[in-house]
Amino acid sequence: MSLVGKQLLKSEISFPYDEKHVQIIESIVKTKRGYVCVRCNNDDQQLFASFPCARCGRICMYCRKCIMMGRCSECNPLVIWTGPIPSTSFSSPLKWSGKLSTAQQLASDEVCQAIERNDSLLVWAVCGAGKTEVLFAGMNMALSQGKRICLAAPRTDVILELAPRLANVFPSVDIATLYGGSQDRGKLASLTVSTTHQLLRYYRAFDVMIVDEVDAFPYSVDSMLSYAVERARKTNSSLIYLTATPNEQWQREVKSGKRKAVTIPARYHRHPLPVPTFEWCGNWQKKWRHKQLPSCVVRWVDEHLEKNKQAFLFVPHIDFLQQVVPSLQQLHPRIEGVHAEDPKRKEKVLAFRRGQIPILVTTTILERGVTVPNIDVAVLGTEQPIFTESALVQIAGRVGRSAQYPTGDVRFFHFGKTKAMVAAKRHIIRMNDEARKRGLIDE
Amino acid sequence: MKCVICHDEWMSAMSFAMLLTLRQADVCCPRCRARFIRLEGNRCERCSRLSDVPICADCIKWQQRQSALRQNYSVYIYNDWMKEVINRFKFRGDYALIEAFRSDVRAVFSKYFSSDVFLVPIPLSPSRLAERGFNQAEAIASLLSLPIIFALRRIDDEKQSKKTRRERFVGRKFCLTEEDVAGKRIVIVDDIYTTGATVHEAANVLYVAGARDISSFTLIRS
Repeated sequence: MSLVGKQLLKSEISFPYDEKHVQIIESIVKTKRGYVCVRCNNDDQQLFASFPCARCGRICMYCRKCIMMGRCSECNPLVIWTGPIPSTSFSSPLKWSGKLSTAQQLASDEVCQAIERNDSLLVWAVCGAGKTEVLFAGMNMALSQGKRICLAAPRTDVILELAPRLANVFPSVDIATLYGGSQDRGKLASLTVSTTHQLLRYYRAFDVMIVDEVDAFPYSVDSMLSYAVERARKTNSSLIYLTATPNEQWQREVKSGKRKAVTIPARYHRHPLPVPTFEWCGNWQKKWRHKQLPSCVVRWVDEHLEKNKQAFLFVPHIDFLQQVVPSLQQLHPRIEGVHAEDPKRKEKVLAFRRGQIPILVTTTILERGVTVPNIDVAVLGTEQPIFTESALVQIAGRVGRSAQYPTGDVRFFHFGKTKAMVAAKRHIIRMNDEARKRGLIDE
Repeated sequence: MKCVICHDEWMSAMSFAMLLTLRQADVCCPRCRARFIRLEGNRCERCSRLSDVPICADCIKWQQRQSALRQNYSVYIYNDWMKEVINRFKFRGDYALIEAFRSDVRAVFSKYFSSDVFLVPIPLSPSRLAERGFNQAEAIASLLSLPIIFALRRIDDEKQSKKTRRERFVGRKFCLTEEDVAGKRIVIVDDIYTTGATVHEAANVLYVAGARDISSFTLIRS
């Protein structure tokens, strides 16, 4: 373990370091508006607490927001590396023989340019566009120039999926895979794949910072994310954001030209994105008080069981999910429900992939990442606030992913249309239009 | 308000009972609260472990060794949720989580103990205390608003949770400080009772110092 490129709490450091290249700063500062955590930028006073500290003998304030990364407290300063960071260069380490689609190639060129010029760039690619491949050429170039790369993503499952893929195409490059409890903690590699939380340990370390699925971050860590990204990357570095569903503000900035962006509006298999259909289902919550589901939803379930076509049914809350699954199991005993805290989450998703579960009822946790060929999706209670534009676009994006089964049905059962629903549908239609215009779809 | 554990915003229902008794609203949300399981039902009358016989096999052995500990009471079962919360509290050092235990700890304690006792928290070694910044046993004892006596000092430096069952039974862990415990009714306080080796040894040391009627109270019975 070394301090190079990092900012660590004094209590975390049990090894010698060069004091010439180090700056020591308070981790918790008191401002006019209250306490602020210097490591994670938390300024929510409800997420500060104090305790009788045996180390300093006083009542010591600490940050509860980033506590899982070690306790930032008034008597535990941050030790920041300000010295040089060595670099290693590789000669064209990319070992990949795949081919990029026209739109991917264009985006790939833009990524290379951004890395070359230390610019920032948003890659706005639809679900199933093949975002990761778009990075390969740029990463190859950066590694050849001895630049240090960090790819950050919100969740551990994404990290665990990305790291082996990158190790495969860059077999000679040293890769650090960082998440809570990982073995690589403290490593400074040429290529780092990290959850955002782990970025809090790095300081001015990376020449290329790539943030995957920017919009997937829960709202509460949003401000922490941009702060962590800014601190972890060098002042002179490139910043690349990848997303299928940029938020409203970013979409506006792209439109007005304030934010540099490149879009991949079509999937690699050159079929249009399935467009959701809205179906009014009445006051389903009221109906459920009598343990009844809207008849159109029951029909949808029946049809899928009859056709033997697998489907996801998204519902707004865990509580509702747990009530509705037993009732659906009367229609088919193998229908299952899965939610974020489900201990059998992995097993159930696997069973669904194997075709052993006809319909998987789920909360929004499966909105991303899970790719199963030839499925339909439906949302019950689409008007609920948890179904934001980006969530709905992601949900619709589960359908028609494979080249073999490029189409499918996306159904939004609702009790009153919301702005988010309309925006999501328009978003998808606009992407298809753009793809047609650019000749990226075969019809 | 924010749940002290999951930080989600939630609203507690106000009731007349709360107004009249000045009872505080819960600091954690109903979902987090429901995952703590209080020890209830058939238990060993000596150590609080869930058991169908009145005195469990382990406690019969302690009896044969003439342990000075009369009995142990605990508040919660050690489930995965508790493991997660206690890990954040003790090892990550999120002291504020102690608030989630306050009302249950006070309720269970007052059910089994009178208020004329003195609390002796199990100490940490100086190096461990410096590392964590606080002693979890002392934090639990501080919820009870009863006099605390720091009568014990830890000799060895090894973490209990890193030892095997066998290793926990050998060697001396504690010595006495200057504090006077002679003739006093003592309740030893710790975070978790696993094999019981820690509290039984502490009880024997306190017995030698003249303490009488020694029991223990832990947050968790694993």
